[in-house]
Amino acid sequence: MAKPKLKRHLINRDWCKGCGICVELCPKHVLELDEQDKVSVVRPQDCICCRLCELRCPDFAIEVETEE
Amino acid sequence: MAVKDYLRERFFPHLWCPGCGHGEVLGGMIRAIERLGLKKNDIVMVSGIGCSSRIVGYVDFHTLHTIHGRALAFATGVKLARPELTLIVPMGDGDALAIGGNHFIHAARRNIDITAIVMNNRIYGMTGGQFSPLSGINVSATTAPFKTIDKSFDIVELARAAGATFVARSTTYHAQHLSEVIEKAIRHKGFSVVEVLTQCPTYFGRKNRIGDAPEMVKWLKDHTTPVGSKAKQENPELIERGIFVDIEAPEYCEEYSKLVERARGGSR
Ligand SMILES: Cc1ncc(C[n+]2csc(CCOP(=O)(O)OP(=O)(O)O)c2C)c(N)n1
Ligand code: SF4
Ligand code: SF4
Ligand code: SF4
Ligand SMILES: [Mg+2]
Repeated sequence: MAKPKLKRHLINRDWCKGCGICVELCPKHVLELDEQDKVSVVRPQDCICCRLCELRCPDFAIEVETEE
Repeated sequence: MAVKDYLRERFFPHLWCPGCGHGEVLGGMIRAIERLGLKKNDIVMVSGIGCSSRIVGYVDFHTLHTIHGRALAFATGVKLARPELTLIVPMGDGDALAIGGNHFIHAARRNIDITAIVMNNRIYGMTGGQFSPLSGINVSATTAPFKTIDKSFDIVELARAAGATFVARSTTYHAQHLSEVIEKAIRHKGFSVVEVLTQCPTYFGRKNRIGDAPEMVKWLKDHTTPVGSKAKQENPELIERGIFVDIEAPEYCEEYSKLVERARGGSR
């Protein structure tokens, strides 16, 4: 099976509470909190599409979209 | 269906604190239900009172938000009346095992086909951080300024001894595993218990200086190990996760319908 390729992260800024779980636990340090304490994607090229951010986010605020 | 199709999006963002593990349990449960392909109309979710119990407000199933500790009693009534429906009961540690401890053991003893999910954050979150029967020794809480001296229940051993036929434990660190065991628990016929070790950063985390929500999630990684692992033999302090019980036994609603048949036929 081919490795999934990142299309984009779908972020719901209204739902993100800036807890930092996705940021701290991303194995590739792809994410950071911005000045408003909302998640932002700073190193998309490093993303391995493991979806752990999506699965661990308690607020349904981040989704990983991959190429078909 | 997508995850969001199972949610009542109009109530989001939800009321839980930033980093509260309850939202992740909600996600794991919804993804399990999605994989099982269950129809929204065939699921009844019943809860009691607590931050964890607020979970029923966010799912687009039949939902009952009942009274503290009594969710399993309400769920038992629903299941006996409509055994074809899938009953899921999310509970807090206090809800399930302090005030609700009796309902818990008797639901397990009867082996009624209900899935109980215990969202164990080792504290009474909703009422301001009092210690619970799951806090364990040496824990700071609003009601334990000099730390607790009470031993904690082991939910897995308690559920097993009481007669539950499926018993598992996972954590909010192990998101994929969490969702998989919930899926197996729902699929299992009989009383299923899934204990989820989760984080209350607002009370448990702050009072016990474990750190913020990400630190608490990492704590769950560092303090747990797969059931039967070598690590457990070397460090008995580690908490095991995985599936502990998965057996077949007569299910309560089926036995009850046989009883009804016997009564109808006049034989004893
Ligand atoms: C009969 C009754 N007794 C006490 C309470 C107060 N009360 C509300 S929630 C709660 C405990 C909540 O703790 P837990 O079940 O662990 O859920 P959490 O909030 O931690 O998710 C208590 C004692 C109540 N609502 N009803
Ligand atoms: S999918 Fe994995 S690697 Fe990519 S941002 Fe999320 S956690 Fe990081
Ligand atoms: S885990 Fe979710 S709520 Fe927390 S910072 Fe990341 S996207 Fe925001
Ligand atoms: S008080 Fe604790 S359990 Fe309740 S919502 Fe906040 S973090 Fe979650
Ligand atoms: Mg609790």
